[in-house]
Amino acid sequence: MRGITKRYPGVLANDSIDFDIRPGEIHALLGENGAGKTTLMNILYGLAVPDAGELLLDGQPVQIKSPHDAIRRGISMVHQHFMLVPVLSVADNILLGEEPMAGPIFLDQGGAHRRIRDLGSRFGWKVDPDQKVGSLSVGWQQRVEILKALYRNARILVLDEPTAVLTPQETAEIFSVLRSLRQEGYAIIFISHKLYEVLEIADRITVIRRGKVIGTRRPAETNEADLAEMMVGREVQLTVDRGESHPGDVVLRIRGLEVKDDRGQEAVRGIDLEVKAGEIVGVAGVAGNGQDELVEAIVGLRQPSGGHIELDGRDMTHAGARERHRLGVGFVPADRHRFGMVLSFPLTDNFILTDYYEPPFARGILRNDEAIEERAERGIKNYDIRTPSANVTGATLSGGNQQKVIVAREFEGEQRLLVLDQPTRGLDVGSIEFIHRQAIIKRNAGSAILLVSAELDEVLELSDRIVVMFRGAIVAVRDGRTADKNEIGRLMATGAEGRESGTPAA
Amino acid sequence: MTEKRASQVGGRLRGMLRDLWAAAALPLISIVLALIVGAVVILASELIVPGRPFDVTLPLAAYSALFTGSLGGLDPIVNTMRSAAPLVLGGLAVGLGFKAGLFNIGAQGQFLLGALGAVTVGIALNEASPFIAIPLSLLAGGLFGAAWGFVPGLLKAVSGAHEVVTTIMLNYVAGSTIAWAVSGPLDQPGSPSPITAQVGNAALPVLIGRNGHAGILLALVAAVVVGWLLYRTTRGFEIRTVGANPDAARYAGMQPRLIVVLTMSMAGLLAGLSGSIVVLGVTHHMTASFGTTVGFDSIAVALLGRSNPVGIIFAALLFGAMRAGAPLMQIQTLNLIPAELVDVVQATILLFLVAHAVIRRLLHLRGVAAGVEATDTITKSYSGEAVTH
Repeated sequence: MRGITKRYPGVLANDSIDFDIRPGEIHALLGENGAGKTTLMNILYGLAVPDAGELLLDGQPVQIKSPHDAIRRGISMVHQHFMLVPVLSVADNILLGEEPMAGPIFLDQGGAHRRIRDLGSRFGWKVDPDQKVGSLSVGWQQRVEILKALYRNARILVLDEPTAVLTPQETAEIFSVLRSLRQEGYAIIFISHKLYEVLEIADRITVIRRGKVIGTRRPAETNEADLAEMMVGREVQLTVDRGESHPGDVVLRIRGLEVKDDRGQEAVRGIDLEVKAGEIVGVAGVAGNGQDELVEAIVGLRQPSGGHIELDGRDMTHAGARERHRLGVGFVPADRHRFGMVLSFPLTDNFILTDYYEPPFARGILRNDEAIEERAERGIKNYDIRTPSANVTGATLSGGNQQKVIVAREFEGEQRLLVLDQPTRGLDVGSIEFIHRQAIIKRNAGSAILLVSAELDEVLELSDRIVVMFRGAIVAVRDGRTADKNEIGRLMATGAEGRESGTPAA
Repeated sequence: MTEKRASQVGGRLRGMLRDLWAAAALPLISIVLALIVGAVVILASELIVPGRPFDVTLPLAAYSALFTGSLGGLDPIVNTMRSAAPLVLGGLAVGLGFKAGLFNIGAQGQFLLGALGAVTVGIALNEASPFIAIPLSLLAGGLFGAAWGFVPGLLKAVSGAHEVVTTIMLNYVAGSTIAWAVSGPLDQPGSPSPITAQVGNAALPVLIGRNGHAGILLALVAAVVVGWLLYRTTRGFEIRTVGANPDAARYAGMQPRLIVVLTMSMAGLLAGLSGSIVVLGVTHHMTASFGTTVGFDSIAVALLGRSNPVGIIFAALLFGAMRAGAPLMQIQTLNLIPAELVDVVQATILLFLVAHAVIRRLLHLRGVAAGVEATDTITKSYSGEAVTH
């Protein structure tokens, strides 16, 4: 790709970018959210047309007008959000749009299934072509996506943040797959903003920032701090200096909490937990061990089936979300598109989503547009939210900036308790650093903070105290400064210690 | 300095025009395309009518008669407004539902029940002072309609019963109730066919032209009130939030169930008023075949107006104009083109609106709002997932 330029209203998404990939190479594309990685790949995949520049394939200039075109030329994309049909089988998903025919009417299912199995066995995968995709783990769904690309004879594979949704073990597995693909001569473009991953897997790393190529490095000649600086444009502190914590009174007290999930299964089984003013308690655990239900019960989105929740000594087990918010509970939800924002609303409305009914944003039954506008402008300025104006819809912002809007809203005022559920999922280093620093500031100002994260590093880095959740129970409590990463990881995976010593009181 | 100011103002004006184009382009294009399809239908119909020379200009003659009949003079214009007024109220009833993520197919039933309430009280007060009779009749009509919207709202909030299903069923109940009331308790003794008594002093006063009744004014006021409610009040913000993202509404501490009940009741009130102004302003009595299509046309008006009160006014005026002009079109074309042609045009407009993806691709439209948001509500309605869960 040579001199690629793409302009969107108000932004120069790609500014004469040069990018190349060779067979048998993994080339990482690194950049903050909104730096232009996605735009560049959309151009390669035929989803966007560049304003200037050209694409060369095997030295020949080509025009890629549609994804269909791209696939025909051997370019395949594995999206961050999988493009799979959950109710269809593995084979159906792979064959979709490329149905192998035996004669004019009938599908050649047997042959196709055999080919899929063969493809899988090249990587040591036992693929069952008849299994429903919806019943597969996220890691396996990703393998189906990769198989889909290989089945279509892809030579260039684009992986858009493939590890964002994976556990560390699954990440290791996918890396070994990528390595064997490299061995076989595939060209792989690996998009990420996780520095250590890029250093581990890539042969070359190209960093782009604000639509421009900042530079290309080999892993051997660079390091995390260097790459982070290239990405953000200034020196970045990769670990936040959390400083001393001075815990005060107990703000959140949970006793014997039991919560059922959507299917009526016991998801939280009798948890005791305390969070004090001025401390960060991190909840570590593999996703799906009851963290979601715990968080929803604490913020009032889900009724507990047993136990008590107290805030500053007041029982609020059955209080609604509104009442808890008024008592000083701020909540940064894990699924920002589902809960945290209304994507079709302008930023102004999103800034007041949880306070819209109170002065100064409401005057009686009327909205006070001036105060709302002023609130949004202040949030945009204080939290360095990159947006052309406060009146564009939430959907037009990058993920990192959307998250900043939510954080700006929920951190406003003197919160007693902040519940941060995966607060930096999918964000780039600059945004992560920013949000972590804000959390420390809130802690030092006396807020009690409950941090839930599937990123063990994040929990270790921020927490004053760490609790490990396993199958709905707290199986271990550790001091955040002295906790051992391997031990916590083992506890997350097996819950082993909890079974011997019972559920320790927090 | 001043130049900079001027360019700023110019930029803002351009921005506003762009927004307006983004919102209005699709409806306008749909209308134009539908008129073209209508013309083709006219030409095709000529081919199957025997014994007449083929006349290529017939569509033009038809459309010009349609225009004259709806806008050519004070009386046609008043007729247009008179036809548009109930569609404005009905369109608001459906559009308000769309804003809350609800597909209120029940506007028809709410319309009929509203008319029944208004005519019942109107007949009872037909000799009272108009200052008492008119407000009370309108109030009764509004409340009857509101009750007919409240029921499906409550059913949805309590049990998750889908409003599409319950309102369709209630439409039938409403139709049967009207038939029973007109032929039973409200029937005028001695008349050859079932018909109610006249509403007398409860009739809406004529404000403009020969028959431009006060209901036209009421419809405009209602559009202003609904716009104010949706965009200026906190309650309106709640309605829009529940419609756009019910999970975020719950997260924000709103009560989606309450909003569902409230919105359906308000929608019913508007549709009920729509029925009331027809019975109090136009017919002054009621028969069993009263106002059969207004409730359904309202859905089309809400879609064409993008659920926006201003848009709904324009959409209702267009549909009203076609209704008002259709008879003249039929007369001037010597019955060659039936008045029902406007139904074809209206339905075709809707088809183009709903197929917006196709149109946008064929015409290479950029910067045009991605279809009518309300159609998302419709598709969502059919694929399940109730708001309250």
